[in-house]
Amino acid sequence: MIDNPKTGMSLIVKTVTRLTVGLILLFGIYIVLHGHLSPGGGFAGGVIIALSFVHLMLAFGKDVAVSKISKNLASNLESVGALMFLSIALIGYLGGSFFMNVLEKGKHFKLFSAGTILLSNVAISLKVGVGLFAIFLALVILERSSKEK
Amino acid sequence: MELHILLIFMIFAGIIAIEVRDLLSSVVAVGAVGFALCLAFLILKAPDLAITQLVVEILCLIILIRATINRDLPLTIEGRWVFNTLASIVFVAAFLFFAFHALKELPAFGEPIMEVAKKYLEEGADKTGAVNLVTAVILDFRAYDTLGEATVLFTSVIGIMAILRRPGRKKVGS
Repeated sequence: MIDNPKTGMSLIVKTVTRLTVGLILLFGIYIVLHGHLSPGGGFAGGVIIALSFVHLMLAFGKDVAVSKISKNLASNLESVGALMFLSIALIGYLGGSFFMNVLEKGKHFKLFSAGTILLSNVAISLKVGVGLFAIFLALVILERSSKEK
Repeated sequence: MELHILLIFMIFAGIIAIEVRDLLSSVVAVGAVGFALCLAFLILKAPDLAITQLVVEILCLIILIRATINRDLPLTIEGRWVFNTLASIVFVAAFLFFAFHALKELPAFGEPIMEVAKKYLEEGADKTGAVNLVTAVILDFRAYDTLGEATVLFTSVIGIMAILRRPGRKKVGS
């Protein structure tokens, strides 16, 4: 499916995409996980993660990207992200109030520090990334169905 | 006390907005709800939210009036230019007068007051454990705001998926 010359853009775009898309995804994950240490965070990292899949879709066509994340999986992941963020908020009641940072704070500048902030970043990145990808997917699917008419 | 009056006013304006038959009156009633909300934010000491609410409200009002004006409003502006010009001049003069006195109260450039922000900057890293203070603010001190933002995003994705879904639901009976 990936090497089908009839779908997607030219060979040059496909080759460059094959080389870069993993790096973009990895960079997004890095931005998310280091949100409490360096500039970035859940929103920015989630957008970069979504862009890596959008990149895949633009270069190889719709079917390849949908085979990686289907629409149902996208909806489920988005809901999981939202519920995860909400449950992190509710976990705060263990410490006394909504959104209380109950986990171990750890040392500064360590990856596993800042308690619930890391988890919140992961939840937000799931929500934002998959949500943006779902919007793009919906637009692409609409374009095909309007052509069919 | 003022807050309760405002809330009751907002409830009444909302009911009027739903019940009244005239579209333009309905839009004006919705605008009244928005401006009352803006005043409520001011009373609750959140001027930044009040300004945002004001701008959004004015934009919404303009867009909604543009959407309804073509079908519902017999607009007559001929022969009233004296009154219109006078009213504009009076409003601009009043605005400039109050703006002049309000802007004098602002802190001087380079000397911000920073009562809350100073505390965040000094104690944020120790209290939250996150050395990126932006993240510390949005996910710890102001996490409630972020929850609201996430809800807005979630709602917008749901709306887009509902509008763009492929089969489209048929009307009952057609």
